[in-house]
Amino acid sequence: MATELLMPALSPTMEEGTLAKWLVKEGDEVKSGDIIAEIETDKATMEFEAVDEGIVGKILIAEGSEGVKVNTPIAIIGEEGEDMSAASASAPVAADALAAEEAAKVPAAAAAPVEFAPSDKSPDWPEGTEMKSMTVREALNEAMVEEMTRDEDVFLMGEEVGEYQGAYKISQGLLDKFGEKRVIDTPITEHGFAGIATGAAFGGLRPIVEFMTFNFAMQAIDQIINSAAKTLYMSGGQMGAPMVFRGPNGAAARVGAQHSQCYAAWYAQIPGLKVVMPYTAADAKGLMKTAIRDDNPVIFLENEIMYGKSFDVPVMDDFTIPFGKARVAVEGTDVTIVSFGIGMTYALEAAEKLAADGISAEVIDLRTLRPIDYATVLESVQKTNRCVTVEEGFPVGSIGNHISATIMQEAFDYLDAPVINCAGKDVPMPYAANLERHALITTDEVVAAVKQVTYR
Amino acid sequence: MAAKKTSKKSNVSADELLAYYRDMLLIRRFEEKAGQLYGMGLIGGFCHLYIGQEAVVVGLEAATKEGDKRITSYRDHGHMLACGMDPNGVMAELTGREGGYSKGKGGSMHMFSKEKHFYGGHGIVGAQVPLGAGLAFSDKYKGNDNVTFAYFGDGAANQGQIYETFNMAALWDLPVIFVIENNQYAMGTSQQRSTSTPDLYTRGEAFGIPGEIVDGMNVLAVKEASEKAVAHCRAGKGPYVLEVKTYRYRGHSMSDPAKYRTREEVQKMRDERDPIEQVRDMLLTGKHATEDDLKAIDKDIKAVVNASADFAKESPEPDLSELWTDIYADA
Ligand SMILES: Cc1ncc(C[n+]2csc(CCOP(=O)(O)OP(=O)(O)O)c2C)c(N)n1
Ligand SMILES: [Mg+2]
Repeated sequence: MATELLMPALSPTMEEGTLAKWLVKEGDEVKSGDIIAEIETDKATMEFEAVDEGIVGKILIAEGSEGVKVNTPIAIIGEEGEDMSAASASAPVAADALAAEEAAKVPAAAAAPVEFAPSDKSPDWPEGTEMKSMTVREALNEAMVEEMTRDEDVFLMGEEVGEYQGAYKISQGLLDKFGEKRVIDTPITEHGFAGIATGAAFGGLRPIVEFMTFNFAMQAIDQIINSAAKTLYMSGGQMGAPMVFRGPNGAAARVGAQHSQCYAAWYAQIPGLKVVMPYTAADAKGLMKTAIRDDNPVIFLENEIMYGKSFDVPVMDDFTIPFGKARVAVEGTDVTIVSFGIGMTYALEAAEKLAADGISAEVIDLRTLRPIDYATVLESVQKTNRCVTVEEGFPVGSIGNHISATIMQEAFDYLDAPVINCAGKDVPMPYAANLERHALITTDEVVAAVKQVTYR
Repeated sequence: MAAKKTSKKSNVSADELLAYYRDMLLIRRFEEKAGQLYGMGLIGGFCHLYIGQEAVVVGLEAATKEGDKRITSYRDHGHMLACGMDPNGVMAELTGREGGYSKGKGGSMHMFSKEKHFYGGHGIVGAQVPLGAGLAFSDKYKGNDNVTFAYFGDGAANQGQIYETFNMAALWDLPVIFVIENNQYAMGTSQQRSTSTPDLYTRGEAFGIPGEIVDGMNVLAVKEASEKAVAHCRAGKGPYVLEVKTYRYRGHSMSDPAKYRTREEVQKMRDERDPIEQVRDMLLTGKHATEDDLKAIDKDIKAVVNASADFAKESPEPDLSELWTDIYADA
């Protein structure tokens, strides 16, 4: 019987890929284990193995095709002598059905829509600066390259950062550029190398420590907090740890309870640390450069899902963004939505939906969580009189809780409704797809919270 | 304490050989199917296949008795099948369904079975090792003669908590067998790039723990080493280290293009050392089984694996209320 060979998912975050090369042609016999095609995913070029035996009947997707969605039929495999022309390539109906379902969900606008205009003008670079589109991954890579070129005392250390080019390819090409002395592959020994890097920082170097993910930094958190964060204070200002601890933080996709946790609120609690959690590629680049130059230990929280997303980044010789300065991503008048990192995805989606319903939301991206730009938040709340916070981390002791407390203390008289904190659910991250979707924050929850504080 | 190659000749019956063949083949076919379901998007996240390493768990399990415990890392499907867990329940956990061992809440890396004394399924490299010693502690405390197998990789062997554990396990004579599954790579890092001395079986020496190196592609050699280590532990003589040399054929996880080694290196292992082929040869040359007998076994196994895939596809997603259960034990 002829079977369709489907475009495989070859990584947790892959939704589509490039069918780079066919290694078989129509009429070839294949058996289980044979490599039949090369497929480029969001991270790498992968070899695609046949699982069943048979004859390649028809190749449905030509090599070189880009943006082939997972589960699209790419070839037909059949038995000897079988007529495979009949087995037509059924269109990937699932995607269309989903789109239709989504479209059906959009409710009729209750009020006249307001304009939704994410501000394209940012005070972080001069007006008229040339921009280029790049992914968050490229932006982080570029920032490290520029700073390592600028200062010989900066070095990168972590698991798979060198020869493997980074587990998530953030350090791609760095080993070639800077050599083994400055791009150092470590054993799987987080507590040990975090301590060694901190000691090296005491000794006058400026380490960048990559954690493959921040989940594994829990192995090292004692060195980060007790050694890196507190030594400047304990030594009466004599010595500190000018260094960056960076890596992906928060939930990726379906990687379960031990690999899906947001540490923003944990680190933001610690005096002596600075904490950055960018959303855009421009922020990732400008803030990473600032982090490497900062004389304090900086926790730089990235996100695997954001790595492949593209944004405009200014083309400048030396582009940095200062810590402690929030970004007003959308100007609005009815409610202030405060978020950071991947939380901005939900905040912006919600703001757009709300605009269609006639609610004008101002969206603030905190960008750095220590120091926090309270002034920008308070100023906005004094204008809108309502606030919703959005983050992916656990709800208890969250960044949103802290923002609410600050607003209550500093702007109580301006509030027309209690502040609502939207956060991840108070449960370990489940693996099942349906449960994971519910454990994470959703755009609909943000929309509902805004409607609640605006009494609509 | 010196390295001794376990002898290849072993008194093993035809039935035993056939059982090892069947158990290893089940793991191989199961993992191939899991890889296929991953490609179809039915399994998500990380999925670490055990293909190539089958002789390790099958050989070690051969010396166990009821009540013995096992604990391992995220590369855990083989361990679960080898200790008798139901392929349906394992596969349904991989697809995140209600019929999975953790009701779909754990996933590929996090499965458990109290009934089979399988304590997971752990995602943090090295963390399962002190846990394994803790399980052994509980057996010693209760005064039974059960042992615990604490499995970990060559990469994990560099984590500090393992040496804290070695010290206490030796100090308190805990009945734990530390099984280092040395498949020569930790993700993309070969053992020589991460380890200052090559022999991992000597890592217990400083703590007075005997260690042995074992050919992990030969199920009989593994079984023999397991029997020796188990006897040592059951006799109350404290922990034991087995460095089992093995090889993983697939990438580290589904998204690893494995560019750090050559295809020839992998092919050579497959052609010359394959654990299943070795037993197949023994069965055929020893006239313990005919080609037809083995074909019948292959067919059986294929049916079991296909049934598990069907079960895993048909089992419903967990009820949404499950999001909020199992966070706390009832007080
Ligand atoms: C503490 C920690 N650091 C890093 C990782 C990411 N990681 C997962 S598996 C792995 C390699 C482990 O290799 P090894 O111990 O040899 O086991 P194998 O995968 O070969 O079975 C790494 C680095 C992790 N899960 N936990
Ligand atoms: Mg390994």
